[in-house]
Amino acid sequence: MMLGLLWLIPSLPAAGFVVLVLGGRRLSRRGAAVVGAGSVGLAALVTLLVAASFIASPPPGDAYRQVLWTWFDVAGLKPQIAFYLDAMSLIFVLVITFVGFLIHLYSTEHMERDEGFTRFFVYMDLFVASMLVLVLADNLLLLYVGWEGVGLCSYLLISYWQKDVENVYAGRKAFVITRVGDTALIVGLFLLFTQLHTLEIQPLMQSAAANWAAGSGFAVAAAALLLGGAVAKSAQLPLQTWLPDAMAGPSPVSALIHAATMVTAGVYLIARTHVLYELAPDVRLTVAIVGTATLLYAGFSALAQHDIKRVLAYSTISQIGYMFLALGVSGWEAAVFHFMTHAFFKALLFLGAGVIIEALADEHDIFRMGGLRRQMPTVFWIFAVGAAALAALPFVTAGFYSKDLIIATSLGSVDGSVWLYLGALAGAFVTALYAFRLVFIVFFGEQHTPVTRRPGWRERLPLYVLGVLSVVGGLVWMPGWLGGFHPLESFLGTALPPTELGGSAFAESAGAALLTIVIVLVGIEIAYLLWLRWQAATARFAAQPVPRAIQAFWLHGWGFDWLYERVFVRPVKWFARIARGDLVEPAVGGIAWLNLRAWRALSASQNGLLRTYLTVAGVGIVLVLAIVVLR
Amino acid sequence: MASVPYSYGLLLAAVLFGIGFAGLLVRRNLIVVLACIEIMLNAAGLAFVVAGARWGRPDGQVMFLFVLAMAAAEVAVGLAIAIRFRQTLRSLDVDDADEMRG
Repeated sequence: MMLGLLWLIPSLPAAGFVVLVLGGRRLSRRGAAVVGAGSVGLAALVTLLVAASFIASPPPGDAYRQVLWTWFDVAGLKPQIAFYLDAMSLIFVLVITFVGFLIHLYSTEHMERDEGFTRFFVYMDLFVASMLVLVLADNLLLLYVGWEGVGLCSYLLISYWQKDVENVYAGRKAFVITRVGDTALIVGLFLLFTQLHTLEIQPLMQSAAANWAAGSGFAVAAAALLLGGAVAKSAQLPLQTWLPDAMAGPSPVSALIHAATMVTAGVYLIARTHVLYELAPDVRLTVAIVGTATLLYAGFSALAQHDIKRVLAYSTISQIGYMFLALGVSGWEAAVFHFMTHAFFKALLFLGAGVIIEALADEHDIFRMGGLRRQMPTVFWIFAVGAAALAALPFVTAGFYSKDLIIATSLGSVDGSVWLYLGALAGAFVTALYAFRLVFIVFFGEQHTPVTRRPGWRERLPLYVLGVLSVVGGLVWMPGWLGGFHPLESFLGTALPPTELGGSAFAESAGAALLTIVIVLVGIEIAYLLWLRWQAATARFAAQPVPRAIQAFWLHGWGFDWLYERVFVRPVKWFARIARGDLVEPAVGGIAWLNLRAWRALSASQNGLLRTYLTVAGVGIVLVLAIVVLR
Repeated sequence: MASVPYSYGLLLAAVLFGIGFAGLLVRRNLIVVLACIEIMLNAAGLAFVVAGARWGRPDGQVMFLFVLAMAAAEVAVGLAIAIRFRQTLRSLDVDDADEMRG
């Protein structure tokens, strides 16, 4: 029974982490790379065995539970170190280990000349282990351990180049903002435990469904608190401001943590606890609205960026917005599908961006790139495949199938509405626009910066594999009007409930898909006209006052940072400043003063002279004897 | 045979012990300090012997033999310390060994 190997999957990267921490100094760079990437590669192989076994002979109940040991047992809280594997967690584990391994392989070359090479793999391995714990956890407490673990690694890797203080600030910002959501999440766990007396996910969900009526206060509160955690982790409105700054980290980090895996933890959490959201229709609607608002917000922001990685960061926020939209309209499976395809093409885009940045001697500004099509043809084609998948180019890309499914679900689901549908369509248009703006500006036109380095095989291989996956990854779930070949849907159906259809019947028709296709193609065509054909005219138009103001507004992420600086950061700093002279300060200081005095007095008695000690001891003995005798 | 009253013996032991202890406190020469310790040990031994005579039992004298053996060992260790002391600090003044002050 291969399923018994499940525990090895998170343990292997964890073992790699331990080896690198303890023996990293003694290992050569090659050794560190072998341990760092190899442990994840082994985990991927074990995952393959487990997945083959899971699919070939599904365990009873279509879920496999492996209890390792009891964590602790206090006052009725008895969490176990246990893993739970069902169709959904299997998809997540497959993506994490395989995409994770490809990115590790890429990193062995990309980070080659970096002085902290071993430290990088220490963090990366810890991240992969934590992420696997997160998606395999059988109870919410263990999930929370993984949740905090990935948050820590995200912080460490954003600030990886810690000699530049800006990077450290970016890491701190990510940590503090996600902490807001983490607090909501842990309060949610407290609420669930006090009300339902367990944190084990499956019994918890059954208990919630049995004890709480739909729309009841507890269900709404629990779902909303969990949503708070998900929103911060997945960089959705209004806690999205940390992700663009998180691009301070190395490109493989952006690809692995801030695109493919960690930022989708919120999606996983909501899909995993979908019962709560089924009980709380209002919160579900909130999820859909947050998703739609975010995908539009981030799409427009991406249009104005000129740092290649920030374009991709905003596009990640936007694509996760699509996943949230899907979750909000009960399209649980569609969200997981889009997670999978997004992991492929967004990791590809980030790794491609890493190659370009490396080739141009650390140039991030897309307007200083240009004309790379002839200089780096393979990178161009691979990047174009990724951008096409992001833009959902019809039929030939994975992104098309998953995004089209979400767009259709936003109208066709019983929770769907025309407004969400229109938002999703507008988002698809903007996505096509900014994805191909990137391609046209970076790869066409005049060359501004010379190419100084070309990628080796360890960078190219992951790009090719991800490129292939970005094309064929969507074929596992084709819409009904294309023959309806959908093994992924049937597979995920063993773990997640199907979307209840009942909205507009138009959504499922070929006509709706045609509308999506036309909108995407028009978007690409307009991108072509604006940034290639009539490039000069666009530049002239953009230089006028009103377009410039709008651009600046979008460039700075609609002023959220500006707003938060004034609403939260400055008042807190001001309060800290005025609170310096309050009553607490002298009280705390007094304790320190008293201790200092007492220490000086006692210290003076230790003069090191044997005769003094003897005298004191003699006097003491005489006194004790006198008391005993004369009493 | 006229016997000395036991209280005289005990008084002598107390005086000897007091002299030894006072010497320990006021003298700074390490050799004298060791000698003072010897005096105190002998005072204790005398008290044992007197007490043994008081109850007519041999235990007190047996105990004095132990005290003698221990005193021999103590002198061996004490003199070794004195030699090391002299080598390290170039003096025999116990007050020079005050490095462990707070």
